[in-house]
This record gives sequence, C-alpha cells and structure tokens, in this order.
Amino acid sequence: MIELAEISKNFGRVQALHRVSLKVNPGSIHGIIGENGAGKSTLMKILTGFIRKSGGDFFFHSENIDLNSPKDAREIGIGMLYQEPLDFPQLSVLDNFMAGGTDFSPGNQRTILAKLCNNFSFNLNPENKVEELTIGERQQLELMRLIRDGAKILILDEPTSGISEKQQELLFNALRSLKDDGAAILLVSHKLEEIELLCDEVTVLRHGKIAGYQKCPFDREKMLHAMFDILPVSQPPAIKHIAGEPLLNFHKISSKTGRSGLNSVSTTIRSGEVVGLAGVDGSGQSVFLKSAFGLLQPDSGSISHLLEVKTRAFIPADRLAEGLIPGLTIREHHILSKESGPIITSKSGLAKTRDAIKTYSIKGTPETEIENLSGGNLQRLLLSLISADIQLILMENPTRGLDVQSAAWTWKHLHSRLGAEEAIIFASPDLEEIMEQSTRILVFYNGSITLDTQTKATDYQQLSRAVTGEDSQKQ
Amino acid sequence: MSIILQLRRIVMITVLALGAVSLLLILLGISPLTIGITLTKGSIFSWLKFNHVLTIWIPLLLCSCGLLFTFRAGLWNIGVEGQVICGAIGATLVLRLDNTGLPPAALLSFALFTSFLAGGLWGALAGLLKTRGGVNEIFGGLGLNFVAQGVVLWLILGPWKRAGMASMSGTDLFPRELWMWIPPGWRVAPAAIVLVVIVFLLTGMILNATRFGLKIKAAGFNPQAARLFGIRPDLVGFTAMSIGGGLAGLAGGVQVSCVYHRLIPSISSSYGYLALLVVMLAGYKVTPVPIICLLFACLAAGSIQLPITLQIDSSLSGVIQGALVLSGLLVYGLQQRKSRGH
Repeated sequence: MIELAEISKNFGRVQALHRVSLKVNPGSIHGIIGENGAGKSTLMKILTGFIRKSGGDFFFHSENIDLNSPKDAREIGIGMLYQEPLDFPQLSVLDNFMAGGTDFSPGNQRTILAKLCNNFSFNLNPENKVEELTIGERQQLELMRLIRDGAKILILDEPTSGISEKQQELLFNALRSLKDDGAAILLVSHKLEEIELLCDEVTVLRHGKIAGYQKCPFDREKMLHAMFDILPVSQPPAIKHIAGEPLLNFHKISSKTGRSGLNSVSTTIRSGEVVGLAGVDGSGQSVFLKSAFGLLQPDSGSISHLLEVKTRAFIPADRLAEGLIPGLTIREHHILSKESGPIITSKSGLAKTRDAIKTYSIKGTPETEIENLSGGNLQRLLLSLISADIQLILMENPTRGLDVQSAAWTWKHLHSRLGAEEAIIFASPDLEEIMEQSTRILVFYNGSITLDTQTKATDYQQLSRAVTGEDSQKQ
Repeated sequence: MSIILQLRRIVMITVLALGAVSLLLILLGISPLTIGITLTKGSIFSWLKFNHVLTIWIPLLLCSCGLLFTFRAGLWNIGVEGQVICGAIGATLVLRLDNTGLPPAALLSFALFTSFLAGGLWGALAGLLKTRGGVNEIFGGLGLNFVAQGVVLWLILGPWKRAGMASMSGTDLFPRELWMWIPPGWRVAPAAIVLVVIVFLLTGMILNATRFGLKIKAAGFNPQAARLFGIRPDLVGFTAMSIGGGLAGLAGGVQVSCVYHRLIPSISSSYGYLALLVVMLAGYKVTPVPIICLLFACLAAGSIQLPITLQIDSSLSGVIQGALVLSGLLVYGLQQRKSRGH
C-alpha cells in the first residue's frame, strides 16, 4: 500500500534519518522499533506531511507522491495518532471530534461519536472539555476522529505509553479489527511485548538507520541486539525499607478535578515506602499526586504535610510541557532548583550542572536549551534537579516514553537515593512496573482507593481485578 | 547564536525593509536616495538636530526597558502609553506643589521618583486586573490607556488649567528653577541621559544576571512548570508589570521635567507604541534595544524635515519603522521555520 524508498532527513547538520526503506501492506501491522532518538518520530512526521523529507521517494500504490502538507497525507488516507495528542484542549470532546471533518452538524456527529465509542467500548462524554481528559482518553478521541475521516493507513506513535492496561486492551482490539478491515497500520513503539502481540513484521531503527527487519514470529534476542549496542540490564528488584514515620496524611480528601476526581480518599504515606498508584488512567492518581504536592487544592478534607514544601518534588508525565521550561538551559534549571544569592554570573551553578550532566549521563552541555533533549535525557535532567534534601518524590508515569535502558536506569537511581527518611509515590499504568518497583500499592478506581496493600501480599491477578473494578467491594 | 548568524539576520532585515520602502517610494515617483539624505541630514548632521534625536531616544529607551521586563514575563503590556501619562501626571503633581521649602534639585528628583511610582501603579493595576480579575493584560492595558488620556485632559482643562483660560496647549509652565538644567547650546538635559543609561544597564543586569531575571524568564516561558520550581507566576507577572509601568512612568516624568516643563495632552507622544516595535525588532533581547531606539529616534527626528524640504508627509518615518519591524518578524519567523525543518 505504501512504500518508503531510501528516505533521508536532515535538521541543519543533524541527520535524523539516513536512507530508510520499508513497505506496509494492507491488512497488516508493521512495527517500527528503536530506542529514544532513533528517528522513529521523524519518520512518522514525514509520512504525515508535517515535515518534508530531505531525500528519497514515497510510493502510494506504486505511485511516486510528494507529501508537502498534512492535507496531502490526509487525502491519501494517512492518519496518525501522536504520542502527545494534537487536539484543542479548551474545546469539548464533540467539538474536537468535529474539527477537521467536513460535516459540522452536531447532531450527526454526536451519533457517529456515540456509535464509535460503542464499537470500541470507549467511555467519553461529548460535553467534557478535552483538557480534563487523560492522555489515554484523548488518544481514543483522536483514533475515532481518524476512523471517521476514513483513514486507511494508520500510524501510531507509542500508543500505549501513558495509558492503562484496560485502555491498551481496548486499543489493541480496535487495531486488530481495523486490520481485518484492510487497514495498513504502522506501529511505532519501544515495547517488545507490544510488537510481538500485534505486528506481522518489524523494522528496527537505530541512529536514524535501519538496523534490522523481521517477520512474525520474531526473535526477541535479535531484535534487542539490533536496537541496542549492548543488551539492556534487567530491572532491579524493589528494595524493602521498613515503613517509618508518617510523611503525608490524606484525610477524607475530595476533589472534582480530572475525570473522576477524588472521593473521600484517606491514607497515610510513611517514610521508607515506595508507593505505586495503580488504576485505569484518570481514576484519581494524578489528582492525588498534584494535591499531595500542593498544585491542587482539594474541595473538602484535609492534607497534613509533615514535611516542608521545599522537601517535596513533583515530576509530571508530560515532562516538557509541565515539568521543565523550554527556552532555558540545563544550567538555568539547576540555578532555579537550588537556593542561591540574587546575582547570577557565568559561573553560577556551573560546577554543579557539569557534575549532574556527568552523573546522570545527560547528553548536552550546561548551555544546552532543554527543548533539544530527547525523552530519556529530559527525565534524567528532572531527576538531577531533585536536590538531596528532598524527602518526598511524587511522580506521574516515571518511565513514560523511555526505552528499556533509560527506564531501568531511572528506577535504579530512584531506589538508590531512597533513604529510610524518604518516600516515593508514583503513578503508572503499567502493572508490571508497579509490582516490580513499589513496596506498597494503592489501586484507584473512579476516584477512590479500592485496594491498599503491601506488594508482597498481592499478586498480578488480584491487582488487575481491582484495577478494572471487579474487586471494588473488597478493601 | 553565532555572531555570523546574527549579522546575517541584521543584514537580511535591513535589506528587506529598505528594499520594500524604496520600492514604494519609486512607485510614488520619489527618489529613495533623496529621502535618505534628508533623513540623515535632519537627524545627525548637526549638533542641535542630534539633540532632538536624543530627546526622543531617552523616553523611547525608558519605555523599551520597561517592555523588556513584561515581554520576558510573557505579557503583552499594551498600556505603556497610559503609564507614561500617569508618570507625567505624577511628576506634574510634585512640581506644582507650593511652598515645599525643598531645594529645586530635591524637588525634581522627588518628581521623577513620583513619576516612577505613578506609572508603576498604573502598570500594577493592569497586572492586578490580570492576576485577580482574569482580564487579559492587552485589554486591561488598552482600557487603562483611554482612562489615563481622559484624566490628563480633565486635569489640563479643569483643576490644572492655565491662569485665566483653559487651553489644549497644556498647563502653565513650571517656574524656571524647576526646569531640569540644560547647558547652553544643548536641548537635552545631561541628567536625563545619565538616568536612562543607568536604567538601561540595570535592566540588562537584572534580566540577564540575577535570579529574579531568571524567574521572570521561567514564568514567561512555562508558568505551569515554573510553579514546580517554587516560582509564583502571577506574582512574577505582577512585579514585571509594575516595573514596566514604573519605567514608562519615568519616561513621562522626563518629558514633563526636562522637555516640556508643563503637562500637555499629548505628553506620551506615542512612545509607548513605538517602544513595542523597538522591542519586537530587538527580538526581545536587551543589547540591541538602545541601538534600535537611536535608529527610530533618528527616523522620527529626520522626518520632520520631509514636509519642509520635499513636501512629503513626516509619517514616512512611521512607514519605515513599520517596514523594519515587519521585516524583522518575517526574518525571525523564516529562520525559526528553517531550524524546525519545514
């Protein structure tokens, strides 16, 4: 259906893609896998007409075509689901669904939306504002919009990052049925499981070049070898600290923020704990974390912080948009994150920044503006900004968008810095990550904590039941 | 960014703007060269005329310094005009005081300080409307401009009217001893030049070499993330608006105490809007601002000669300034587009 022949792309002097060729056939799912910065996103943006290729050819049904704009791509039926949703947050779900279409009758579109929601078992209220949705829900909305517009070639960029297990299952079912209908699907991912589960063939990218190609059934070792120069280290086991003094106490906290808000949540977090917040995306985990940091004020109930504000740190899921300041350099971030005098010289924070760049292997110089860093480097920068006196680390999806190595590094670092006086609370849609990294698990369902357990006292089955709400009676 | 790239950018902007204006002039049957010579002669070819350039440069640079603060904080301070007027009113208030017993120098200093406070309050009001009332600073500023303009007219025609009869030409002149000292053969007060240079150096230092300046930048670039660094974006924005207003007010104070020696209705001389263009053309950077201010001041001063020698309206300087800014924005835009790989 589509064929790329020796596609290259330069950004100034940086060569993002070098002679990449691949084919996607109708009724099949082609995986693109590679670590962060391998050139996957660039390839996808070329295919959708957002950026132009510097060299090579693109064939659609054996016809050589130039994609000069997103409109060109849309016209031949290419639809893309971006990792960061490209929607209009201030508008409602229905308005977003109508945008970009040709029929602006709210009545019709409401019916179509309801039907699509029903087909895929998605649960979206057409009147809700998109900014109130989770990334997973915004993605569902975009997918339905693409299908409504008759996309025949679907491109998905890391579709399962930041979404829950349940949403992932819904998405995979939708993709399989679309494939059976003859769609050609390109799945960009760095999750091997996902590729193995869904794809018919896979192309491995590394440093902007093709590093491998396989057809199903896949050889996992070979894939890993093509992705990385060295094999990724296995994830570390959770360190068991004895829970000590209370650091944070939620007493009957209710909030209307987010999809499900919080319904009278009470819990105590103690030092030494690594608490994993599990649950379907948007079940209250983010509201819990933001309230704990002080970014959100609850509507009722009381939060007692037994720590000063400056000993808490929050790392959001959307690192570039919510956690860091594009336009500022790495050094400027380090200056801001630490107490210092009013005057800044060219030497201020330089030694510490250099030190952090080395310790955290951030690919950049102190004067690198942070928007030029890739996902893994952004996360390492955020971690490097957490000063030694921070006692409570709050994280949304700590390994979202990271490759296996970066994710492993992140957790190794977090566990190693966790002292007996400190605690980590993190939300993750990945139950495996929760099981492997946390000492205690809180399961959120519809804004309530439905399960509060020590990790060693539970298992995967119980957790997945609680997450989907089957076990919600049991506390 | 490398110096070569910056130089290339300046050359591109100049060529583009001059090209566009020349084309326009040729189409109108006027020689661009004659215009160029007239503008240059009218601005820098005589000491007196250069003095005139400086009287424009000073308030323009003060307003631009104020705008550097607000632009860095991510705010569009459209209310500079109103802030200049309020500063002028503040200074006039002090200089009209009777029997203070203060020496003239002290009273003049106090007048300038009051103008800073008055402009600052007007800026703070726009800031407050934004942070507390949810009124966009563009609309707040614009509204406050009209209010200030109304107030100054009311003062001139009402409470502060000239002895005998109210006049649109302004209030009575201040007593001679309250005129800022101007050396014989000069038209501009050395004190004002010293003041503006100090303000500019302080602006550069605060914005580029202090923690506060970095906080302004952070709050401007990403208010949400700035909160994670313990910054309060609303407070930072409010402070930037107050400082910006204060510096614009100072420009009003200078106009009253050093140039007109009275309050006139058009005391702001549209420097507030011109300063917006200056800072945009400077790419919101500190260093190019005084040079661009000088260029704009030369154009404004030189264009006064146009009707006299060539029978062309002096608004041509506005056309040239506009063309420069549009070319500037175009070149920035194109370079950004290119670096994003479009």
